[in-house]
Amino acid sequence: MNTTATTHYPAAKETQQIEHRTLSILVDNEPGVLARVIGLFSGRGYNIDSLTVSETEHEQHLSRITIATQGTPMVIEQIKNQLERLVPVHRVVDLTAGMTAIEREIALVKVRGKDNNRVEALRLADAFRARVIDATTESFVFEITGKSDKIDQFVVLMAPLGLVEVSRSGIVAIGRGPEGM
Amino acid sequence: MQKEMTGAEMVIQALLDQGVEHIFGYPGGAVLPIYDALFQQDKLRHVLVRHEQGAVHAAEGYARSSGKVGAVLVTSGPGATNAVTGLTDALMDSIPIVVLTGQVPTHLIGNDAFQECDTVGITRPCTKHNYLVKNVNDLSRILHEAFYVAANGRPGPVVVDIPKDIQFAKGTYVGPKNIQHKTYQPKLKGDLDKVKAAVELMRHAKKPVFYTGGGIINSGKEASVLLRELVKLTGFPITSTLMGLGAYPAADPQWLGMLGMHGTYEANLTMHDCDVMICIGARFDDRITGRLDAFSPGSKKIHVDIDPSSINKNVHVDLAIVGDCAHVLEDMVRLWRAGSVTPDKKALAAWWKQIDEWRGKKSLAYKNSKEIIKPQYAIQRLYEFTKGLDAYITTEVGQHQMWAAQFYQFQEPRRWMTSGGLGTMGYGLPAAVGVQMAHPKSLVIDIAGEASVLMTMQEMSTAAQYDLPIKIFILNNQYMGMVRQWQELLHGGRYSHSYTESLPDFVKLAEAYHCVGMRCEKPGDLDAAIQEMIKVKKPVIFDCVVDQAENCFPMIPSGRAHNEMLLGDAGVSVEDAITEEGKVLV
Ligand SMILES: Cc1ncc(C[n+]2csc(CCOP(=O)(O)OP(=O)(O)O)c2C)c(N)n1
Ligand SMILES: [Mg+2]
Repeated sequence: MNTTATTHYPAAKETQQIEHRTLSILVDNEPGVLARVIGLFSGRGYNIDSLTVSETEHEQHLSRITIATQGTPMVIEQIKNQLERLVPVHRVVDLTAGMTAIEREIALVKVRGKDNNRVEALRLADAFRARVIDATTESFVFEITGKSDKIDQFVVLMAPLGLVEVSRSGIVAIGRGPEGM
Repeated sequence: MQKEMTGAEMVIQALLDQGVEHIFGYPGGAVLPIYDALFQQDKLRHVLVRHEQGAVHAAEGYARSSGKVGAVLVTSGPGATNAVTGLTDALMDSIPIVVLTGQVPTHLIGNDAFQECDTVGITRPCTKHNYLVKNVNDLSRILHEAFYVAANGRPGPVVVDIPKDIQFAKGTYVGPKNIQHKTYQPKLKGDLDKVKAAVELMRHAKKPVFYTGGGIINSGKEASVLLRELVKLTGFPITSTLMGLGAYPAADPQWLGMLGMHGTYEANLTMHDCDVMICIGARFDDRITGRLDAFSPGSKKIHVDIDPSSINKNVHVDLAIVGDCAHVLEDMVRLWRAGSVTPDKKALAAWWKQIDEWRGKKSLAYKNSKEIIKPQYAIQRLYEFTKGLDAYITTEVGQHQMWAAQFYQFQEPRRWMTSGGLGTMGYGLPAAVGVQMAHPKSLVIDIAGEASVLMTMQEMSTAAQYDLPIKIFILNNQYMGMVRQWQELLHGGRYSHSYTESLPDFVKLAEAYHCVGMRCEKPGDLDAAIQEMIKVKKPVIFDCVVDQAENCFPMIPSGRAHNEMLLGDAGVSVEDAITEEGKVLV
């Protein structure tokens, strides 16, 4: 994570706190647009904690990119301004500002085990409202949605029970209330 | 206007409709249809360069000196990759250009075809925007959009990659009217409440300074006129970045000279001690700020810029105004005139007294010599003989560039073309070609270093072909002087590979290019030689043999603050002046 200002001169003492932010970016769904967004993050040393993208408004060819990132307030402001400068970007909204956003992630979790471990995995899955979407005599695939920390916790609990692999979607987010972005 | 034509014909039509008169280019397999279309018309003039980097720099010089968008045409693969340095240069210095690249036919893209490269991939980080055209019916819209994006907002380079089959294909041409980008619409007017607050701050300032940059030049002639008016109205001192020289006349008493790493003592100290800083169209670059945590610690900072991402990037400002310089300056002038509070005359007088004391240091002073030409002296003489003339100056990169900025007095905008952000050696000669193309009757001089100019020397051939009487004024110290200076200051005088053993004979080189070569080695001969150079109606290479050991002062060593400048005659050993931390910086 690059917390210093973008100069190679010794930076002013870092007094600002690192903050975690979720940004929603509305873009034209045209070739290369994702490369532009990602290239901006890597080229300027910003961090991507999570990234999701998909076309959301088919008629208008608009896609929504959700990026979870972190940085000092000054860096976050830079990220937003730099994103807005990209020609195919329509809008950038910081969903974390005002704490009004709903964030969800989906994960598919494969667990392999026998006997008690198998029973225990099922019991925990039930407690986390995870669904079984594939099963064999020695394995399950669970589908779980929720906040990222809930999924983290579920994965941690599965580890000793025979966790094989996890596939996570990354965060999707949307603001509360009647207004759109 | 709607018309059926081939993609290649559309390219010519779109360029003409965009008002392009000259395009700098170099042919190749993937642009042959466009070259064929060029051949069959006589409105658009093509300038054949000798290297694609030269084409882009020429277009930059053309654009910056004329205010128009520069145009370039190159082939796929090596043509496109050769253009990358120029694109990056234009991006860093906010120069509006449109570069058309040929591409292998659509069905071969991705197959590693002959002379294929991922042009949009390679140029994505070094353009403001780029396009790959996949359908001939999109071509005219994309071309018009490219010109719009290049010129509007913060200007920059745009690439349009055109596969060869699209150039052959027939489609419908649409004219430039009604083409506006659906999302890209930069804000021109500054928020009026913020401008009011800024003027209020200025009115109560006791130690104010204007710090301006290339944004004023890019904003247009009007911005310079308004800036002059505002500076006169307020009576405040003004300094500018390298890119902003000429926006305010250097002959005026309120002008402090350039600021930054090689700026004047008075400009940097005024910045350091001011209480209100009015930054207009500049970006707090590291060459300007020096050590960030000691940058103008006691001031309230106002920042006017058309690009929101330039604001609060390196330095936190107190009042940010997003808008075009000319629009905001217009509001500032109007509000200043309308206001009732008069500025604190006594405080301002004391501030000027302080500034005059700093001026008294004469930080640009150097020891002249009767035996050997001092580079500073050469530029002063060049200025004396060209100041009354309609002259444009370009430069290469190095000490000569800084001396040109310090000693050539720019009175008008768009007269000064230099590679500021990227610092590209080899910029000046092709840029001069472009400037001369835009201003055929003017005097165009490249103040050059002998190392830099060799990087794009082949463009002398272009100058000869098109009868462009550019003057290449080389301050020849046989060293990569700026590198030598840093080696002297930072690396114990170990001059590792910064001396050029076997330079060409520049006089003979000029003659080989069908140009005129001149050499001057004695201060006493300089005046006559410069006057003769100006009279020659052909391209000239002027080999001005100067002191090899001269260093460029004043200087803020890396990692130091504005008030820790080194002056040429200062007693400090320069080696002690640079901290261990500073040594790792560039
Ligand atoms: C393309 C490129 N390569 C390397 C550099 C690093 N560099 C900066 S100044 C300089 C020396 C320039 O020498 P010269 O043109 O003779 O100018 P002088 O400093 O002697 O006036 C070098 C090598 C650069 N700026 N650009
Ligand atoms: Mg040199």
